[in-house]
Amino acid sequence: MNKKKNVWVYAFLVLCAITTLIPFIWMILTSLKTYGESMQVPLVIFPAEPQWVNYSSVWNKFPILRLYINTFFVMVISIVIQIFICSLAAYAFARLTFPGKNFWFVLSLSMMMIPYQIFLVPHYDIMVSWNLSNTLTALWLPKTFNIFALFMLRQFFSSLPIDLDEAAQLDGCSKFRIYWNILLPLLKSPIVALCILTGLGTWKDLMWPLIINVDMDKMVLSAGLANLTGQNITNYPELMAGGTLAAAPMIILFFFFQKQFVEGIAMSGSKA
Amino acid sequence: MKKYKTKRARKEALAAYTFILPFITGILIFNVYAFLKNIFISFTNKKSFGAAKFIGMDNYVRLFGDEKFYQALINTLCYIVICVPAIIILSLLIALALNVKLKGIGIFRTLIYLPIITLPTAVGMVWKWLFNNQFGLINAVMGKFGIQGPAWLSDPNVSLIAVCIVLIWCSIGTAVIIFLAGLQGIEKTYYEAADIDGANSVQKFLSITFPLLSPTTFMLIVTEIIGFFQVFDMIFLMIPPTSSGMAGARSIVMLFYEEAFTKFNKGYGAAMANILFLIILVITIIQMKLQKKWVYYG
Repeated sequence: MNKKKNVWVYAFLVLCAITTLIPFIWMILTSLKTYGESMQVPLVIFPAEPQWVNYSSVWNKFPILRLYINTFFVMVISIVIQIFICSLAAYAFARLTFPGKNFWFVLSLSMMMIPYQIFLVPHYDIMVSWNLSNTLTALWLPKTFNIFALFMLRQFFSSLPIDLDEAAQLDGCSKFRIYWNILLPLLKSPIVALCILTGLGTWKDLMWPLIINVDMDKMVLSAGLANLTGQNITNYPELMAGGTLAAAPMIILFFFFQKQFVEGIAMSGSKA
Repeated sequence: MKKYKTKRARKEALAAYTFILPFITGILIFNVYAFLKNIFISFTNKKSFGAAKFIGMDNYVRLFGDEKFYQALINTLCYIVICVPAIIILSLLIALALNVKLKGIGIFRTLIYLPIITLPTAVGMVWKWLFNNQFGLINAVMGKFGIQGPAWLSDPNVSLIAVCIVLIWCSIGTAVIIFLAGLQGIEKTYYEAADIDGANSVQKFLSITFPLLSPTTFMLIVTEIIGFFQVFDMIFLMIPPTSSGMAGARSIVMLFYEEAFTKFNKGYGAAMANILFLIILVITIIQMKLQKKWVYYG
């Protein structure tokens, strides 16, 4: 009975895995075809000879290296600054008493319900008036103040025993030292998860970079590659080579840090 | 203010304000000010640059007479009605399957999670190619079965379906992770007790798994609906703005993007964003009210 059930489970999962994989496989297969092969009817599945030249030609025609560097620069900066600012505030909200604490916390939380599109026109204006449009700074600055991260981190700080603070206080630790040297190291795994969430958000964000930056050398992969596709290029083998190159870094990271990725995404589900 | 009389308490409050200052400054500028500014802009005829004139409710009046907006609203609702149930059901099934202790299950998890981390631009690009009506894989496979595939992305009658397929493909992984986390939180003793009572799999699902998973399901439905009200990426990436397929696939946020950032009708775009917010708010409140009827909090 159980054996039979397992066969069904396997069959279902194999079907799902194939459906998930086909676009990836097709992207790679197309990227190795000649232009003629990609436009052949009936369809050619495998290229007669893999055309690695598509990769070098898209690499030469298109500033992929610059986009890689920009994307990772923006991701790292946004992760570091966001986690620092949000965790510092979260520590204060979780552990310290001060007048207006509830007011500021509720004000921040109420902003979490507002859809992102409301802020786009004003953010664009703010960036232009600060002379930051078309810079890498514009890509991370407005998103640094992540209310969800504040909320999660406050929960995590609250879950730590208060004795830690008291003992450190007796030893003459400043509030900042308590936060930095004692409590923060204990929150390593939720912070890693949040870093991944922030990083993924930056990685996948399309609309904001599309709006705020124009020059190709100030672009990130998502928007930069979208511009490439938008130019109505029909050389699909080259496009697919570009897509493969752009998607590869995060897929490689994912294979190494799958556990942390999954924890991060599961955390995003604990919003309610 | 009595609480802050001692020197130590004052010192603590001062430290706290130093710690929250960077965050609160950011919230005040990029959220509170931006939110109010957007309301203000929506009452003006703001274009790209230059002076904007206060025009009262004109943008809102125009919005409610704009056929394009109604079409976008209907399209957005179609995305929600098609994609959200499909994602919830499929991802629950996949999560149940992945929760079975079997050999090699880890590989399936890795594969099924892949779309989550794949660059949306690459996803849009490859699906655009798969849906190509002359040289695409999908129509070629349909042709093998003797079906003449449609012009997926340029026919306004099917472009929305094409985008839905991609959106479902992209979104399942996240929902699977969240369902799996929920499933792993259910205590095994419930199932052991049910086994002793001789319950079959369907009974176990209906009387243990589903009720205990209902808070997770509810949270997912709420966040997926909010997310699908904001659908943009795949429409933008797969359908050229001038294509006839756009009319059938254009969502509210796609229209917002076109108005505010390609035609630079910022006042009008701002008004649209505000209306979108109100719609999402109302729908979310309704769901919060309805949850008492079916969500089980142990």
